[in-house]
Amino acid sequence: MNLAMIFRVAIRAIGRNKTRSVLTCIGIIVGIAAVIAVMAIGRGARTMMVREISSMGNNLMMVFPERRNQGAVSGGMGQGQTMTADDAEAVKRELSHLVQGVSPSVRATAQMMYAAKNWSGSIQGVAPDVLLISNWTVTDGRFFTDDETRLCSRVCVIGTTVRNNLFSDGDDPVGKTLRLNNMTFKIIGVLGSKGANNWGQDQDDVVMAPYTSVQRYLKRSKFRNINMMNLSLVSMDDLDEAKREVALLLRQRHHLADYQDDDFETRDTTEIMNTIGSVTGLMTVLLTAVAAISLLVGGIGIMNIMLVSVTERIKEIGLRMAIGATPGNILMQFLLEAVVLSTVGGAFGVALGIGGAHFIGWWKGWPILVEAPTTVAAFLFSAVVGMFFGFYPAWRASKLNPIDCLRYE
Amino acid sequence: MAHLIEIRDMYKIYAIGDEPVHALDGVSLSIDEGEFAAIMGSSGSGKSTMLNILGCLDVPTRGSYLLDGTEVAARSAAELAGIRNRKLGFVFQNFNLLPRTSALENVELPDLYMGRLSHRRRRERAMALLERVGLKGREGHTPAQLSGGQQQRVAIARALMNNPPVVFADEPTGNLDTKSSVEIMNLFTELSGEGITIVMVTHEDDIAAYAKRHIVMRDGKVMRDDMADGGARKSQDEVAKLVREALA
Repeated sequence: MNLAMIFRVAIRAIGRNKTRSVLTCIGIIVGIAAVIAVMAIGRGARTMMVREISSMGNNLMMVFPERRNQGAVSGGMGQGQTMTADDAEAVKRELSHLVQGVSPSVRATAQMMYAAKNWSGSIQGVAPDVLLISNWTVTDGRFFTDDETRLCSRVCVIGTTVRNNLFSDGDDPVGKTLRLNNMTFKIIGVLGSKGANNWGQDQDDVVMAPYTSVQRYLKRSKFRNINMMNLSLVSMDDLDEAKREVALLLRQRHHLADYQDDDFETRDTTEIMNTIGSVTGLMTVLLTAVAAISLLVGGIGIMNIMLVSVTERIKEIGLRMAIGATPGNILMQFLLEAVVLSTVGGAFGVALGIGGAHFIGWWKGWPILVEAPTTVAAFLFSAVVGMFFGFYPAWRASKLNPIDCLRYE
Repeated sequence: MAHLIEIRDMYKIYAIGDEPVHALDGVSLSIDEGEFAAIMGSSGSGKSTMLNILGCLDVPTRGSYLLDGTEVAARSAAELAGIRNRKLGFVFQNFNLLPRTSALENVELPDLYMGRLSHRRRRERAMALLERVGLKGREGHTPAQLSGGQQQRVAIARALMNNPPVVFADEPTGNLDTKSSVEIMNLFTELSGEGITIVMVTHEDDIAAYAKRHIVMRDGKVMRDDMADGGARKSQDEVAKLVREALA
């Protein structure tokens, strides 16, 4: 008896017990659908996070002054006072083969006032390179220049959130004067909107001014220290070399002896990506465990129903053996029946999983990414489950003695 | 001339508790092509065990069985399946048709396992066999739509599907009314007339009367085999007398 015929026999046997077959399949359907749906949601979320992180900056590398502990009090990152704007300029000047843009960053908070309105927010002192580094655009007016930076000009550009809160519709902010604490800054441009970042922070709630002006007029600090510097590398391939070279240069400039540790730290987006990778990796392991358990339960369901089926059809087995079915024929018949059950369940599970993932994506507004390899692997795995759990009942059927089967009451 | 079936010194011993039970106790027997033999005896006489071994459904504990010239006493389950498929046909007391499957497909089944004929040839042969047993027009009926007698005809057509040299019948009329029984036995008689070898187990004298040879068994031994007397058809009363004498 060839495989196609055994296959037909299996299909008919399944078709005869429709309710039972459907119930048996449900275990597999749920298991496979869960895997597909959660994978699609997880991969979608991961892809979106990766895209947003790369939108944070263009080949971004960050350098922070080291954390300083004063007694038992830990200063936050960027609060050390060892790094200055001169360091940033030196990096730009001497490592131009690796670095295409450098911007020091000096943060201040200030009360912003225009006419009768006011707004509180963060002022970022930066250099014009920040446009390149962080993918900012200017929609109205212009950004400030290197000359304005050098001359500590009291100019600034504002984000859309600040504009919306201080200026009424139709009032062009460009050319207007903004009061930051007690100093007046001229608004020369409006930044293009970037929206919220991964962590829900509104990136448009920002005022940018030359870091020199922020240092002189808003921080009024006698130190020229900066909170951090952002670098844009020529290529991410040179990341390790850039880290080495920057470290070498800064150690030299800070006169650190060999036995002294770095007084700065470097960060880059690949580290954040790695963190995301390890989080999603953990999620995948947990999901795989859940999927394995649900498929185990589904598989046991199939085994159970196949054992019932063998007992129920024991006379049929005896008759088939009597007229010439070999133990191998009987084994194949029941094994194929289990595999058909599980793969049909698997196919419905895949469909339900993809549909379910898209529904949840539509409902919750989450990105969904259905990957072909996951789908194919899940489907093939359903066949393996059928084979694995169907084997024992099929093997038992094939070992039956024809006379006992024919006599069975 | 070689016998179609030849068993020598055959034992089948079951261990029930501590006491071994001899279901077959040193039986020797031969059946030639074209014979119509009835194996008779009361329940526990060993006639069913005998038929199971002759039908390659069971293996003897000891002894030799030559079927169509080849030794089949010690074969694997798969080899026995092949022998049953090619050389033997079976007709059972309770018909044993596949439920919810058409008469035609039931008849085709033995060739599906043999894989000898093309799809079309198989269908043609099954149709012809159903016509031969008088079921033309009922090819598409399932067992539930057929009477007992009709189901047994389907079973006989199925037994003939692979053109086996011998057909075994185990109480073929045990589940049938008198009228159907007569019809089935007439069919067997016709088949026998066409040269098909039939070995039948029965405990009913009137059914055994259709056979040309009567083998009476008790306690695993052959008590009487009228082949030795020349083997002619007997009336029901003659068969009853034969059995009575054998078991006296």
